[in-house]
Amino acid sequence: MSALLEVSGVSVTFDGFRAINNLSFSIGPAELRAIIGPNGAGKTTFMDIVTGKTRPDAGRVTFGERSISLLGMNEARIAREGIGRKFQRPTVFEDQTVEDNLILALKANRSPWAVLFWRPKAADMDRVQALAEEVGLGDQLHRKSGELSHGQKQWLEIAMLLAQEPRLLLVDEPAAGMTPAEREQTTALLVSLAKTRAVVVVEHDMEFIRRLNCRVTVLHEGSVLAEGSLDHVTRDPQVIAVYLGRG
Amino acid sequence: MGDGAGPRSDGKSKSFFAQNPSALIFIAFLAAFTLIVTLLSEAYGVGFLSTSFVKTLGKTLCLCLVALAMDLIWGYAGILSLGHMAFFALGGYMIGMWLMYARTEEIVVQALAQGGLPATPEEVSQGIATQIFGVVGSSDLPAIWAFAHSLPLQLLLALAVPGVLALVFGWLAFRSRVTGVYLSILTQAMTLALALYLFQNDSGLRGNNGLSGLQNLPGLGDASQDLVSVWFLWASALALGLGYLALAWVVSGKFGSVIRAIRDDEARVRFLGYAVETYKLFVFTLTAVIAALAGVLYYPQAGIINPAELAPIASIYLAVWVAIGGRGRLYGAVIGAAFVSLLSSLFTSGRLPDIPLGPVALNWVDWWLVILGLAFVAVTLLAPKGIGGLFDRFQHIRPPDRKGAALGPNDGALQEQEARE
Repeated sequence: MSALLEVSGVSVTFDGFRAINNLSFSIGPAELRAIIGPNGAGKTTFMDIVTGKTRPDAGRVTFGERSISLLGMNEARIAREGIGRKFQRPTVFEDQTVEDNLILALKANRSPWAVLFWRPKAADMDRVQALAEEVGLGDQLHRKSGELSHGQKQWLEIAMLLAQEPRLLLVDEPAAGMTPAEREQTTALLVSLAKTRAVVVVEHDMEFIRRLNCRVTVLHEGSVLAEGSLDHVTRDPQVIAVYLGRG
Repeated sequence: MGDGAGPRSDGKSKSFFAQNPSALIFIAFLAAFTLIVTLLSEAYGVGFLSTSFVKTLGKTLCLCLVALAMDLIWGYAGILSLGHMAFFALGGYMIGMWLMYARTEEIVVQALAQGGLPATPEEVSQGIATQIFGVVGSSDLPAIWAFAHSLPLQLLLALAVPGVLALVFGWLAFRSRVTGVYLSILTQAMTLALALYLFQNDSGLRGNNGLSGLQNLPGLGDASQDLVSVWFLWASALALGLGYLALAWVVSGKFGSVIRAIRDDEARVRFLGYAVETYKLFVFTLTAVIAALAGVLYYPQAGIINPAELAPIASIYLAVWVAIGGRGRLYGAVIGAAFVSLLSSLFTSGRLPDIPLGPVALNWVDWWLVILGLAFVAVTLLAPKGIGGLFDRFQHIRPPDRKGAALGPNDGALQEQEARE
């Protein structure tokens, strides 16, 4: 199986500090992967590189069947290629309704002229309704998203990601700020999403990762320390020394 | 915040006006206003309103139009531009060139005709150049006046020159991701540079003399200013009405949703796949062209334009009007511009009596700027929604207030403030 995303030999330096050091990583088109690592291991910088927010000093990042390079593309272009990103804190547009938020995210032509003349078709509104129902916001479409609870905002953002129909989903600490019941729902959702697309989850919570039941990549000081099943990496003496040992 | 955020799920079955009731109300008010002013004017009515006051009202409508543009760029897209009055004045300069050229041409042809022999085209153009540029010690028509003889060409330039300037400036600024106060400073620098350039005599636009006599429309020799003032009032009202409808349409759809999202969190909009810089450039250029259109209608009513009109203070006033009227809602911008600019002309007219306060007297002309400044600070601090916020109060619309840090995982459904209550 060829990889959907291939990161090889990537390095980034911020003011002399090596945030990412010769990092290589790849993920298939329908795979769930968890990334763990202590603070400062480079998890967020890794996501920034893939989504175009940070330019690496060296290395290659390629995406898709034709292995197009993501370096040199801006964030918007990379998002249109099919990479979605979920931030740690819910970032929805609080001044707009749930419906407006979902319409914004709906997969469609993003050029200003196309957007200017875009008017909702019945199919679009059905999709918005279906997405909202999937995350339990079916009856909240006309509420301003700023009025939603923290958990509901997380769900709205997840629905927005689904609306984008990404091929690769980067999720930063999805369980933060969720109730235990919501965590279970999130786990189930991520597992089912990974059946049709690639999902990368960055998480601190070991219990959550255990439930995801997937391959784990351990980052340390900007490079991959170990990779394999959760049991495999937790037995790795290096991993225990730098990460688990301290926790 | 604004209008146009209303329900849209059954979008296809609802007409534009059903979704934007404020647009219909606004058009009705504007039509009624125009009709009443016409019926009270000297030209078509009972003569209750003087011609100069009709002109003031017509100019106010143009200021309302440029305030609409400012609201789109600042209130909706969140870009505080301090350069839009420069685009407004540039539009005025471009139409002023034609007005002055064509009017001077009439006078020169008439004067030469008294000599007996018909004047040659060279004599006419020489005469025009001497008439217009004698004041800056020149008798040649600069190259930028090449199209001044043609109304359609000069009208095209009136929109194209500010549009292209906005496009180039915006492309440079947005491409480097200059945002916030830095962008405001940059736009202000552009305005100042343009004004300083136009102050020079060799800029080709008569330096600090500016262009004058613009109230005299060429080709309408015998039409009195009474009539012309009402015609311009109609034209300004029409432009304002159409501008309002066009912008209401723009902001009510997905485009409005995107630019409000850019205002609130542009990084997030990028990760949704929208090219934020292209949208900003689009809005910047569109609003510059609208501002120029307003200028085209304003300066024939003002009669004179000079580089002082481009001073950065003019653009700051524009921001103050929109802030006082209420950002992020179109009618707010119109109310702010009309209310503050009319009050300004009242207080600075010198007709209000001073108020004696013991040893000093409150002189309105001197103190108006101070009062306006205090009002601006008060609105910003106490009523950020401006006058438009009053309409929310009538409709019992309350803003969502769930901001504050999220609580820990297990209290995920609560926000800091709610937990304290």
